[in-house]
Amino acid sequence: MSFKGMDIVSIRDLSREQMEQVLDLAEKMIPYARGETFTKVLEGRILANLFFEPSTRTRMSFESAMTRLGGRSLEMSHPSMMSIAKGETLADTIRMVESYSDVIVLRHPQEGSARLAAHFSTKPVINAGDGAGQHPTQTLLDLFTIRRQFDRIEGIKVALVGDLKYGRTAHSLAEALNMFGAEVTFVAPPNLQMPRETIRQVEKMGGKPKLTSKLEEVIKEVDVLYVTRIQKERFPDPAEYQKVAGCYRIDNVLLREAKRDLIVMHPLPRVDEIAPEVDGTQHAKYFDQAFNGVPVRMALLLLVLGGELA
Amino acid sequence: MKEFKVTPIRNGTVIDHIECGMALKVLRIIGVSGTNVQSPVSVLMHVPSKKTGFKDVVKVEDRELDMKEVDKIALISPRATINIIRDFNVAEKFKVNLPDVVRGIVRCSNPSCITNLKEPVEAEFTVESKHPAVLRCIYCDRILEDVAEQLI
Repeated sequence: MSFKGMDIVSIRDLSREQMEQVLDLAEKMIPYARGETFTKVLEGRILANLFFEPSTRTRMSFESAMTRLGGRSLEMSHPSMMSIAKGETLADTIRMVESYSDVIVLRHPQEGSARLAAHFSTKPVINAGDGAGQHPTQTLLDLFTIRRQFDRIEGIKVALVGDLKYGRTAHSLAEALNMFGAEVTFVAPPNLQMPRETIRQVEKMGGKPKLTSKLEEVIKEVDVLYVTRIQKERFPDPAEYQKVAGCYRIDNVLLREAKRDLIVMHPLPRVDEIAPEVDGTQHAKYFDQAFNGVPVRMALLLLVLGGELA
Repeated sequence: MKEFKVTPIRNGTVIDHIECGMALKVLRIIGVSGTNVQSPVSVLMHVPSKKTGFKDVVKVEDRELDMKEVDKIALISPRATINIIRDFNVAEKFKVNLPDVVRGIVRCSNPSCITNLKEPVEAEFTVESKHPAVLRCIYCDRILEDVAEQLI
């Protein structure tokens, strides 16, 4: 199946086979992503990085990915400096930017913005996060991190922990994990539990997700702890936030209960969810996960631009 | 039982088998407000129906509906039938049928959806269920369940 010219807006746009194709190619990209081997396969190609919201990892890893493939990135100056601040529509911005580039990477605060961009652009659009909506490249790199660790995803027990209601990475990851046959458990306080719609979607695809608010109930049996940040701004009462934030702190005491080969993942940035003491243990995979953004995004860029590694 | 006290119409449209209680929403859809019509409009509510127990009926004289109006009626009343009357005869009769994709007749209920900003697009939805109507926004993925409230 050819990816050439394809938009990557939502993880639902991809079949399991297509996701596997991306992950397989990402595997081959690792020596290039590390700078051990070089390629000019996308020489002369231009990526437009359109970030209307702050980002560190996603923006830089796309730029790194494009550079490692021999292409160039155009960076947007701060949105307040652009014509968008003068009231230009996103549709017009996209039609202008597509004439300067070969692929557009978009992060925008409005949900559905990437689909709209794809509608107006003849060049492929990659969604780098649309508000509380989708972030498909994060999902792919999360899958990649799990597959690299265990050589498979099927049958792996994954606990998604923290703010599952508002955390955009959790929704699409839950669906994708289910598509690969992983067993998912949603660990969250009742008011931040996975939205009913996502649970329904997982069940519709044959999954049987477990729901709990107690991490202790699952820590002994899971292979992956996928921790997300609980967002302070969601709580009107700071004391309520402290109560919830504290209950899912991952530290070495908790990890003594875990399987030896359990991995801890986090889309970052973290605040207090994972104690720094965990960083030095074999469980900590969140920085590897951040690195994995580069090979996965290299694979996607190469696929949508129709390039081939020599 | 006494028949309806509504006379047959010469030309116009009879919207029959409307879900009970939806007749006033149908009037809103076809733009009848009381001051903007020249010909009679008859509204029958909660009348006995062999098929569904009770139904509403709307008769509009000297007026035929466009497809957008028919699709909007299908959203709130999927069993409705449209009878087009010409010279006292039923010239056309059809059941409303919601298409698989609806465009430009409903707005997304998600205030953060890009289609609710000043972008040059019409809100567009895939129809997940026709009865009751459940729509999914193709832009932000939000499921719309209370469709009647979001009609444009």
